[in-house]
Amino acid sequence: MLVCDDVVIRQDAFTLRAAWQVSAGDKVAVIGPSGAGKSTLLNAIAGFVPLSGGRLSWSGQDLGALDPGARPLTILFQDQNLFPHLTLAQNVALGLSPSLRLDRASRERVEAALERVGLGGLGARRPAQVSGGQASRTALARALLRQRPLLLLDEPFAALGPGLKTEMLSLVAEIVAETGATLLMVTHDPTDARHAADRVVFVDDGVADPPRPTDEVFAAPSPRLAAYLGTRP
Amino acid sequence: MKTHFIAAGLALTLTTGVVMADTPVLTVYTYDSFVADWGPGPAIETAFEARCGCDLQWVAAGDGAALLGRLRLEGARTGADVVLGLDTNLTDAAAKTGLFARHDLGAPSLDLPVGWDDDMFLPYDWGYFAFVHRADMAQVPGSFEELIALPDDVKIVIQDPRSSTPGLGLLLWVKAAYGDRAPEIWEGLAPHILTVTKGWSEAYGLFVEGEADMVLSYTTSPAYHLIAEGDPGYAAAAFEEGHYLQVEVAGAIASSDQLDLAQEFLRFMLTDAFQSVIPTTNWMYPAVTPEAGLPDGFETLIAPETALLYAPGEAAKMRDQALNEWLAALSR
Amino acid sequence: MAGRAEPLIRRGGGGIAAALCLALMAGPLLAVALRAGDSAGLGPGDWAAIRFTVTQAALSAVLSVALAVPAARALMRRRFPGRGLAITLLGAPFLLPTLVAVMGLLSVFGRNGLVSQGLAILGLPPLQIYGFHGVVLGHVFFNLPLVTRLLLQGWQGIPAERLRLSESLGFGPRETFRHLELPMLVRVVPGALLVVFLICTTSFAVALTLGGGPRATTVELAIYQAFRFDFDLGRAAMLAGVQVALCVAAVLALRLAPLPVGAGTGLDRNAVLRPPRGLPARLQDTVVIGLVLGFLLLPLGMLVVDGLPGLVLLPDTVWAAALRSLAVALGSVVVTLALAVPLAFRLAGARALWVEVAANLSIAVSPLVLGLGLFLIVLPLVDPRLMALPVTALVNALLSLPFVLRALVPAIHEVNAGYGRLAASLGMARADWLRHVVLPRVRGPLGFGAGLAAALSIGDLGVITLFADGARETLPLALFRLMGAYRLTEAAGAALVLLGLTLAVFWIFDRGGRGRAGL
Repeated sequence: MLVCDDVVIRQDAFTLRAAWQVSAGDKVAVIGPSGAGKSTLLNAIAGFVPLSGGRLSWSGQDLGALDPGARPLTILFQDQNLFPHLTLAQNVALGLSPSLRLDRASRERVEAALERVGLGGLGARRPAQVSGGQASRTALARALLRQRPLLLLDEPFAALGPGLKTEMLSLVAEIVAETGATLLMVTHDPTDARHAADRVVFVDDGVADPPRPTDEVFAAPSPRLAAYLGTRP
Repeated sequence: MKTHFIAAGLALTLTTGVVMADTPVLTVYTYDSFVADWGPGPAIETAFEARCGCDLQWVAAGDGAALLGRLRLEGARTGADVVLGLDTNLTDAAAKTGLFARHDLGAPSLDLPVGWDDDMFLPYDWGYFAFVHRADMAQVPGSFEELIALPDDVKIVIQDPRSSTPGLGLLLWVKAAYGDRAPEIWEGLAPHILTVTKGWSEAYGLFVEGEADMVLSYTTSPAYHLIAEGDPGYAAAAFEEGHYLQVEVAGAIASSDQLDLAQEFLRFMLTDAFQSVIPTTNWMYPAVTPEAGLPDGFETLIAPETALLYAPGEAAKMRDQALNEWLAALSR
Repeated sequence: MAGRAEPLIRRGGGGIAAALCLALMAGPLLAVALRAGDSAGLGPGDWAAIRFTVTQAALSAVLSVALAVPAARALMRRRFPGRGLAITLLGAPFLLPTLVAVMGLLSVFGRNGLVSQGLAILGLPPLQIYGFHGVVLGHVFFNLPLVTRLLLQGWQGIPAERLRLSESLGFGPRETFRHLELPMLVRVVPGALLVVFLICTTSFAVALTLGGGPRATTVELAIYQAFRFDFDLGRAAMLAGVQVALCVAAVLALRLAPLPVGAGTGLDRNAVLRPPRGLPARLQDTVVIGLVLGFLLLPLGMLVVDGLPGLVLLPDTVWAAALRSLAVALGSVVVTLALAVPLAFRLAGARALWVEVAANLSIAVSPLVLGLGLFLIVLPLVDPRLMALPVTALVNALLSLPFVLRALVPAIHEVNAGYGRLAASLGMARADWLRHVVLPRVRGPLGFGAGLAAALSIGDLGVITLFADGARETLPLALFRLMGAYRLTEAAGAALVLLGLTLAVFWIFDRGGRGRAGL
């Protein structure tokens, strides 16, 4: 269970508060107007933005003491998810061994992960030589290998076309189902939230609301959410 | 990593110096060009080692002034037994370091244009400063005043007295020849001075490249071109004021543990074996003319009638004022 | 929790390396000051020297950079046969010993140089190179190529994605300049100005020779005078202190400039700056490239022509000296990189004044005083002759540091900004991060820096003279000794060997760094 215990994030004049929890295995969409702090929230959980108050924990373990790499999570950023000078296989292998020292079994697991995301045989290519969708699949293959209980998506597929994005979200759903991971995904597209998430956190006006079931949220949006969605309550 | 690297450096340096356990080592500090392959160093080393049963090791430190600077930095800690390569413009300061011993040669017979009564430093060669030009130069000036009177596009290259021995020599030359009129001479020369270089090499290089019509060097410079290159195309201009003399000297270090050997070296310095090497390696006049006389070609050189030279103490007193006059005239 | 935002930047020995650099430069200065007896203090001549030094250095810096911008831009966006070679040769003037470079310069622009000879055929008077403008011309000759290389790296650092974006938006040359090139220049130019300014503050032989006389007295010449003419070590140390103050002031002045903003990172896709179409633009680039290459390469060509006859006359000792210089250069590279990498990390992170000063000081501090001080420190411990080569390697490493850092810091800054988070999220250890991410991504600047360090070290004459003896001469010293013994033909041959060796070493390292990407 991910617990945001009276979390306060301050950056210059900006403040974001969150006091809620997410159960293990939940699929949560984080939505809200741009600039509201969706990415900031994810980056705080991942360890890139310091907390000004409160405490974050996973399954009772305080995350504050952990370096980003040691936290029980994988995060996919909006961009820069791959090192351009490494091959796809090496980029994936980083999920198993950051020192890239791989035995035969590990190499096989890397190849299997690439196969799993539909990139079998492309391991020797470099990011610049593949399409955007294939690059996203590579990052997902790495997430698959890392097997962290929490997967954070900071709109990694925003740049892909609608068809491709849906494809990626399906792949995410499959991976989450296979690994039993808890998913937190930022999106600005309510359709994504409806398709991929069973709960929604709405971020606006300095507050990240507690997660509520997706159906409920869209059926009876709060006035602020309705304003964001552009619908009338 | 750094220790390895220093060790490698040490190994590299050690392999080039021969160290023999029982042989006494005579360390002679001198200037760069003396020890070069084509300089007098190698022949003199062979000749002296053949008779002394010792190992002569050269340490080269820039030019004469740098040599004195290094000696002053080292002070009593100096590793030198003999210092060879100072000139009379430096011996006053050198004597004041208190590092030098008196030589034991009394008053040796020398072939210098001037008398010699220094009981600390002994000369090994000498030469006149002179402006060297190509033999086909249209109007060769016969004095500083004639040079001044030439059209402004006749250019000379000189050296900076603050960083060069010949540069300082020229300063004293003008001062010795013209006394209080020196500033006026410098102002007259100023339009002819193409540029001032850090050292002799740069100036001579510019001259040979054809940048200037004349360069401050020595009356013996044409001998190099004639003898070593077979090129009679260079000459030195004879100035009627006379030419300033450079007398190069050596002295023994008093605190040396090889003082006897050092004195032996000084005695050797005035013998034929040393002196006969000088003319065609250091391109200067030997302090004692060898029995066989001077090499063919030296007779073509100009022989100034008047030799100008300040005594060491006077030179030391004179140079600050002379430098200020020089700076004032050329900084305008 | 604080500082997690930049988790991988600050760890490491940057502070230690900076402290070491400072100690290696302050130590000798202090040694000279402590050894000093009565001092006359700074006289009016010294103040005039300081004024002249600052004026010519500032002007030389501005002019070098101003000319390098169009040169680098034209070189970046045009492809022509021999372009790679030309870019390598750009390194040459900067890497050569000043004595040699001045000779090359004068053989073209001197009173009897190519240009004057051409003018004579037309019945015109020869060029007048000696004077204040000559000093600046000489310094531009040395530094224009260096700045051009630094700027080329800046241009290369503009991500292909950004270039494509600009093309898709239909940017003309003006818009491209404003939105892509100008922000890059704002980042690179201040550092380049600083480096050139500092190089010119320790100039001596070039300034004096081309300046035409004692009007062109620099601080370094005043230091020579203090040491050689007056043996006033106190004044020498004071003047070296002035050089330090100039360095600190210059670093401070540049801190007023806007903070560097990263160009951003891309996907390593190969893209080139699309050359603007049309005859005027093409003509302009051709003229710029032609002028710059002519200005830089003609003097080098003359060195080659002058040097060939001397090549066969060279005594064996010159070749031995060349090998010795090569060994010194390799030692220098090792020390340079050992200091530069941690320092670059430190500088890419937070801007600490003392670290910045430590990283730049070595080019501003008098080589003579540095040599004197090290000599005084070494003297009681070991025979200075044994330390000649190690000290030369060490000092040359310090001297190369600012140039290496100039290339390395922006690159490391970009790696940190672009991939620091990803690496942190993957839990990469420092060693893995260095090996798998940083080193591959900064290979270019690193190779450039190593090549620069090696080549500078081969060409340097500064410190060794005090330590040297008859036997262990380096190539520049051998060259200088040849010149000092009338052997001008052989000296020209040795200069050609030196030119070839520095360029070869520079090319090998630089090439190794550029790898597949190509420039």
